[in-house]
Parts: sequence; structure tokens; C-alpha cells
Amino acid sequence: MTVTVKDKTELFSPQICAEIDRWIAKYPAEWKQSAVMGALMIVQDENGGWLTTELMDRVADYLDMPPIAVYEVATFYSMYELKPVGKHKICVCTNVSCMTNKSDLIVEHLEKKLGISFGEVTEDGRFSMKEVECLGACGGAPMMQIGKQYYENLTPEIVDAILEGLE
Amino acid sequence: MVNEVCLRTLDLERPWLMEQYQSRGGYEVLKQVLTEKRAPEAIIEEVKKSGLRGRGGAGFPTGLKWSFISRNAPGQKYVVCNSDEGEPGTFKDRDILRYNPHQLIEGMILAGYAIGATRGYNYIRGEFWEPYERFEQALQEAREAGFLGDNLLGSGFDFDLHTHLGGGAYICGEETALLESIEGKKGQPRYKPPFPAHFGLYGRPTIINNTESLASIPMILEKGGEWFADIGVKNSGGSKLFSISGNINNPGVFEIPMGTPFSELLEMAGGMKDGRKIKAVIPGGSSAPVIPGEQMMDLNMDYDSIAGAGSMLGSGAVIVLDDTNCMVKTLERMSYFYHEESCGQCTPCREGTGWLYRVVHRIESGQGRQEDLDLLDDVADKISGKTICALGDAAALPVQGMLRHYRDEFQYHIDHQRCMVGAG
Repeated sequence: MTVTVKDKTELFSPQICAEIDRWIAKYPAEWKQSAVMGALMIVQDENGGWLTTELMDRVADYLDMPPIAVYEVATFYSMYELKPVGKHKICVCTNVSCMTNKSDLIVEHLEKKLGISFGEVTEDGRFSMKEVECLGACGGAPMMQIGKQYYENLTPEIVDAILEGLE
Repeated sequence: MVNEVCLRTLDLERPWLMEQYQSRGGYEVLKQVLTEKRAPEAIIEEVKKSGLRGRGGAGFPTGLKWSFISRNAPGQKYVVCNSDEGEPGTFKDRDILRYNPHQLIEGMILAGYAIGATRGYNYIRGEFWEPYERFEQALQEAREAGFLGDNLLGSGFDFDLHTHLGGGAYICGEETALLESIEGKKGQPRYKPPFPAHFGLYGRPTIINNTESLASIPMILEKGGEWFADIGVKNSGGSKLFSISGNINNPGVFEIPMGTPFSELLEMAGGMKDGRKIKAVIPGGSSAPVIPGEQMMDLNMDYDSIAGAGSMLGSGAVIVLDDTNCMVKTLERMSYFYHEESCGQCTPCREGTGWLYRVVHRIESGQGRQEDLDLLDDVADKISGKTICALGDAAALPVQGMLRHYRDEFQYHIDHQRCMVGAG
């Protein structure tokens, strides 16, 4: 259902609108839809790392897209989350180069330390774990990503230090 | 000769800054081209002469690709850079973006000039936040210096460049899926023809090249196509970035001449870890069929040498595996990847990748059936060549390679419900 919105600036805060507008400006005027990936990422970050249907609908209204076209994008790409994640989303690569450098030990260590598995969130909402495909940092295998940051050449001790350093 | 082209600033401090790039002659060739108003045809000819082939993995001649664009066709044309680096084992474009973003920018402007495009997009995978920020910073510097925008250096040529961030989808490395993604859609590949040169981004003529390909252009135009071609060997011009990982002491990215013996590359990468024996090498990203280690030690890192051994140079991603690796488990992980990343558009790939994964998984779990190896051959064969894009082939090739060289290991798993490698 598309809600008729008279004033698009009511959909998001002025700051979010400005950020989305920066993406829109990169593309031809008749291709506002090109900004959907950038917009979803901005809105997701603002909402603690995941997208609600209502937020996707607002993005659709903002970009003059049918909501279904926004859902298609949000469900196709792996970086969009459709249910709550931890404050710190820990993405661990388990593809071949990481696997042969013992990424399974990193996964086990995280599972034990946090008491969760892939796809789960800790009770306090601080951490969630996600298995990801090759993140293009195989020279530093095993590796993981938390938020926007890559962490490479991991050992259980290094993982401990990284987690302790997070807010 | 090491780090002579795309990584030529790597030894400098903060090599990603404009002043550092310019201290190595950066943007000089762009200035020359623009002030001399060099004929675009001459630029394309020089790129053809260089023997540069698509560095993303397909190996298609870059100059030829450019010549497919009808330069004088009216209306908007586009240059698109594919920085959606995601082929497992590949991590070279990340280093170009992080350490030498200006050379990519210069290469994209030159490509735009050559095909008559005034706008470019660099598609960077969404996880690459640090490379994205570096690239954005470089764009800012280039704009301030007058290398981007209208009427570049008073030449009358306009060119502007933007970044598009991906959202996590291997398939978007396929060039038409990437275009769909920039258009704000699911990244599902398009039927070809029409090819992007005729119907590309927003339906306009477009060239799409890999990060490394485009970053090679300034040096090719500065020193000449012949200079570049002569670095390498026949059919494999130039140097190439190899990202080497696995069970080795010093994994990393090495820019070396095409045709360098694999044994030398392995030595640069510090040799095998813990003195283990080399078992197998995946020479060009996980889609490239595996080559037994002993055979690999006699091969060279160029298109023909690797193709002669039944595999492909691909993106130059070399995964080295020692004798503790179980090939069934390795294939299981690779097959899981292609199943996970199939976009779901073509039935043979969507269903076939699931079959491949499930069958390899049951062999690995000790529940393999005698007929499973023939079944894997059959499924792989029924995917190959029967899909819109190459992801189907990319899923089938590693299966075929593993069964060609390590069939006994798979058979052992089926017969004994366990691994013949100690580690399994």
C-alpha cells in the first residue's frame, strides 16, 4: 500500500533526508530508484541495523517506487537485515581461504563466548553473529567484519581483545 | 619487475593521496591526452596493442571491448568500473582502491575520453567501507584539482564520476547484474545480446571493466601499449596482480609479470606454512578448476599456461592448499557458496547448485552413495552452458575439476564413510 505523502521531508529526519539526497544526486534525475540501495543502508544504520516494513515503505515513498520494488532489493542483498541484529553484528567469513586457516575455531570461540550461533542475537542485544561469504580479505584469513571494520589474522585471543574494545 | 603498474605508489607513505600519486607522474598522461586532444581511436589502438585482458576473470581483450562502442552515437554513454570484488580468494582490487585510487580515477577518465562518455560509476562492494572512503576522498581531491567536472583542464571534455555501493551479492560482479544493481534493482543478469556496449546502464552504451583493468590504462598510455605487452608473454600482456592465500607463510597481493612461474610466486609468498607439502592449487578464484600441487609447480602464471592444465587464470586469485586439506570438504564449502549466491533466475543454476551442494555434503558427512560421483558429473554437465550468465558454469567447474583430480578421495569417503586425510 502506498501512502500518499504530500511532503517527503516528513518521512525522515532532515539529516537522513539530506543523506539520501546525496545519493539521489549521483544519478540521472529520472533514475531516483538508483538511490534505493544507499537509502536502505542509511535508514538501516539509523534503525540499529535492521529494516522494518514501515521503513521500507517510507523509502519507497521517498523515491517514488512501488514498495514491492524496495522489498525485492532488501531481500536480495545480504547486507540488509529484516529482523533485529545485535548492536555489533559480527560477520565471520568461512569460505575456503578462511576455512583452511581455521575459521571454524573462530566461530566456535565466538559461540562459546557469546552463547549464540549464526543468526542469533545475545540477550542483552549487544552482539549477533552472521556467517558471510568471501569478503575479499583472504590474505588476512581468518577474518571477520564488525560494523564497517574488517579484522584480519584472527586468533581466539585477538577476538577477545577486539570484543573487549567495543562499546 | 614488481609493482610497476597498478601498485606503483605502494612504497610511498600514504600512497593514496593525490600528491603522492602525482610525485610518481600521476595525471600527467591525462593532461597530455587532453591538451594534445589525442585521437580517441589512437587510445583504443594503444590499449589493443597492450594485450590487456579483462582482469576481473573473463580475460576479454579490453581494447576490443572499447571498440564495440559506437563513439559518435548521440546521447549519454557510461564508463562503469566493477569493484564488486567477490570471487573467493580474490583481494587485489581492494588494494588498488585503498592504496592507489587516483590511478583508477585517471584510468576511468581516460576510458571516458576514449569512448565519448561523460559520466562514470565505480561499483564498490558494500562491505568494502575502508576502500570506499579512500576512493571517495580521492574523488574529492580530483574534483578540486579540476580532473573531474566540466571542461577538464580547459579541454572542452566533461567527465564526472560517482561511487555506487553494493549490498552484498556475488552475482553483481557479473556485468549486467551490476548494471541492474546500479539501476536500483535486484542484481539479476540480463540476456545478452544486446551487450552493454549497445544497451548498458539506463539503456545507454556502456563499457564495464574491472578495477585492475582500468587502473592499468594510465601506464599503458604513458609508456605505450608495446611496453606493457612486453612485460608479459604472448597472449598475456602486462603484469598482473595475484592475490595468493591459503596455507602459505606470507599471503598477499603481488604485482608481477604475466608468465612468472608459479614456483616463484609461491616463493614470494613465503612458501608453504609449517613446511607442509603442497597438495592442490586453485589458480584463479574458486571457480577455476583445481590443479594438483606437483603439476602447478611446473606452470606459469599466464592465461595459456593455466588453460593448458585444464583450468583458468581467472581473477588471479591463487588459493594454495597443503596436504592436510580434505578435497571433499573443500568442494563442499565451494558448492555451498555457489548455491548461496545463485540469483535464482535460471532453473539449471538455482536447482543444480542446490543438488551439487547437497550431494557433496552427504558424501562429506559419510552418507555418500555409490552412484553419487556419476550424479555430480551429470548435474554439473546439466548446468554448464545452460544459464544466462557464467555463475552456473562457475559452480560446475570446481566440481568437475575436483572429480578429475581427486576422484579417489571422494570414492574413499563413500566407501569408508570417513576422510582419507588425517584432518578430516
